[in-house]
Amino acid sequence: MSFLIPEKDWFKAPDKGERNWIAIGIVWCLIMSVMMPYWHVAGKQNSRGESYKVKPEDFSARVQKFVETNSVGKLGNIPIVQPNPGGHAYLMGGGYIWYPILKLKQGQKYTLHISSTDYQHGFSVQPINMNFQILPGYDHVLEITPTSTGEFNIVCNEFCGARHHVMTGKIIVE
Amino acid sequence: MSAIPGFLKGNFRSNESRTCDTTGLPVCNTASLFIQLHAVFAVVFLLVGAVAAILLALTRWPAVHLLPADWFYRVLTLHGVNMLLFWIIFLEVAIVYFASTSLLNSRLFSKGLAWAGFLLMVIGAVLVDYIILIGGADVLFTSYYPLPGHPFFYLGLILFAVGALLAMINFLLTLHIAKRDKTYEGSVPLVVFGATAAVIIAVLTIATGAAILIPTLLWAAGIVDIIDAGIYRVVWWGMGHVSQQINVTAMVSVWYFMFSLTTGAKPLNHAVCRGAFVLYILFINLASAHHLLVDPGVSTAWSIWNTSYAMYLAVLASMIHGFTVPAALEIAMRKKGYRQGVFGWLTNAPWGNPGFSSIFMSLVIFGFIGGITGVTIGTEQINIIVHNTLKLPAHFHGTVVGGTTLAFTGLAYYVVPLIFRREYYMKGLAKIQPYIFVVGILIVILGMQFAGSTGVPRRHWDVSFAGSPIPIPKMESGWLALVGVGGVIAFTGLLIFILLTVATVFFGRSNKGKPMESWGDVKDVSASAGAWTKEDEHKTPGTWALVSILLVSFVVYYFSNWKALADVWWVR
Ligand code: HEM
Ligand SMILES: [Cu+2]
Ligand SMILES: [Cu+2]
Repeated sequence: MSFLIPEKDWFKAPDKGERNWIAIGIVWCLIMSVMMPYWHVAGKQNSRGESYKVKPEDFSARVQKFVETNSVGKLGNIPIVQPNPGGHAYLMGGGYIWYPILKLKQGQKYTLHISSTDYQHGFSVQPINMNFQILPGYDHVLEITPTSTGEFNIVCNEFCGARHHVMTGKIIVE
Repeated sequence: MSAIPGFLKGNFRSNESRTCDTTGLPVCNTASLFIQLHAVFAVVFLLVGAVAAILLALTRWPAVHLLPADWFYRVLTLHGVNMLLFWIIFLEVAIVYFASTSLLNSRLFSKGLAWAGFLLMVIGAVLVDYIILIGGADVLFTSYYPLPGHPFFYLGLILFAVGALLAMINFLLTLHIAKRDKTYEGSVPLVVFGATAAVIIAVLTIATGAAILIPTLLWAAGIVDIIDAGIYRVVWWGMGHVSQQINVTAMVSVWYFMFSLTTGAKPLNHAVCRGAFVLYILFINLASAHHLLVDPGVSTAWSIWNTSYAMYLAVLASMIHGFTVPAALEIAMRKKGYRQGVFGWLTNAPWGNPGFSSIFMSLVIFGFIGGITGVTIGTEQINIIVHNTLKLPAHFHGTVVGGTTLAFTGLAYYVVPLIFRREYYMKGLAKIQPYIFVVGILIVILGMQFAGSTGVPRRHWDVSFAGSPIPIPKMESGWLALVGVGGVIAFTGLLIFILLTVATVFFGRSNKGKPMESWGDVKDVSASAGAWTKEDEHKTPGTWALVSILLVSFVVYYFSNWKALADVWWVR
């Protein structure tokens, strides 16, 4: 009985069945452990957590400058901004919007800086379903290469206050 | 008390104990009082959490969309806190008080400490619920900095945690006096070993909790401003993840306990089972990294080390229990004569006994759903396609609901007749209750899992995104209807449990002086089943079949997620 004092000689080596299962478990855990470093070498989707401390007002200023130099149009009153291929792009989460709208080229690499000016946000690109956590005070740096074209939607999937569910954004890939 | 192996003279004061009429175990009356108090409050908070659950499920079902936005987030906060903290931890205190007294032939160390712990927990929990309901803390149970919550929200959580800590200390001191007073000889029972592991992890959790909640309280009160959003997450999940390990450990102990009680199952090898509990203690406290895999400022090396080294050794521990628990059951059933084929032991198990069916389904759901999904989505890169989608709640409704909560409700079908000494009302309904709950929660999990795979966010009131500054198309949400439908069924299942239990506890027929009425025993038919040899003690073909299916499902699910990841844009 599991709830009674065990017999005095309870300490025994595992028998064959248990040993086999433990061995299988260890092998499987090792395979899973190796998959992660392997994907860093061979895979194209990784999270490195690269980030720099940044004050919200400084980040906001950088976004503003980025919009002024690279703006190519507007959707409603939200600027559409086209960074140089291979260059830096900025995206700001805050006030229940992902700002500005980005216009990217398929197959080009961009260094995307994302931060928040208020609460924590979830940067979630749909429908490709790519998700990263965005924090105030952190410039989260992602090197992204869009591999498909079309209009992609950004939703916020971290609760950020009363109107969290209206927080959206857009990435257009040509 | 000599009938119980290993028990010497108990240390009870006069009139402080009775002998259980069913099991023959000693029951400390003080412990019994507090087991009852904590169990009753656990069920009260389960009711609060369940009402919140049905409101959430009906809101996420787009065709119904019941609550307004502010109430959705408020009720989500209420649900998380009442279920994950109050229901589970109140019941865990009841479990550890039972394990340290009845199973060690000891009295509870201190009545005063037990009262202090209990009152703090109640005051803390009521304060937190009150603040949530008046709209003072729409911050969800993670209260991520810098979302502003009322200082009393954090204060309530701290009071609750201090109360729980006092209970844990009372447990540890009870172990101490049992040893000191030589109430037993030999090693503690496996269930007590598991409960001790859970308590050690709980003490670690509460220490980490203090490290994050106290500064947050001071910040919320406007006294200091030293918190950083990234560090908040690291420390918060130090508490948040580790506390889930308390639940796993307590749940596994309950599995062992209940299988012994309902079928007479014995652990095949104590060293293996205990070793697996030790792995939980050693390797889980580092595993908070899997909540931060797509965070800024978290390095690759740290994530990999932390998830693989730390987490996989705890995963190994769960895999071990996932073998030893059904193996113990299989041997017990075969020994009783149920030796037909690979699964004869299982088909002849007491499925009409809610104490058994709940536990077996808890084992299966925890392993096949909670375990497999958890390890997979906690893989560093795979997390990119899962983080904060509904796949996340799909995972943990497979661990804390289909696993822990189901196991704890199954336990109640014995706690009430044995400790409250009352017979359940409407036993027929009680027998089907676990099945109703399981069907419901499986549908909820399925809906969340597939909605999440298409990117539907968790913690989100409206995936039509009406009124957004940048209009985007609404998300396909057929799967969300399943969350609603399953939610109604699961809620019904929980409500039946709650109503039957509360009615029984207060008005049920007393069984004092008599053994509890059986829920349905397993008949011993070994006489007609042939000889039982020493070799049979280790033959578990059914368990091997089960764990093989588990492993194959695991591998398939794991690699299909890698494949889905490979379709995502390149990112690093
Ligand atoms: C009737 C049974 C239950 C149903 C129908 C249910 C349903 C739900 C739903 C719909 C959500 C919201 C998902 C979202 O939009 O993000 C949720 C969240 C959650 N549930 Fe449950 N649930 C049930 C039982 C439980 C139990 C027993 C526990 C714990 C022991 C639990 C723990 C949680 C937690 C921790 C969250 C996340 C809260 C947050 O994101 O802040 N649930 N549940
Ligand atoms: Cu948000
Ligand atoms: Cu965790």
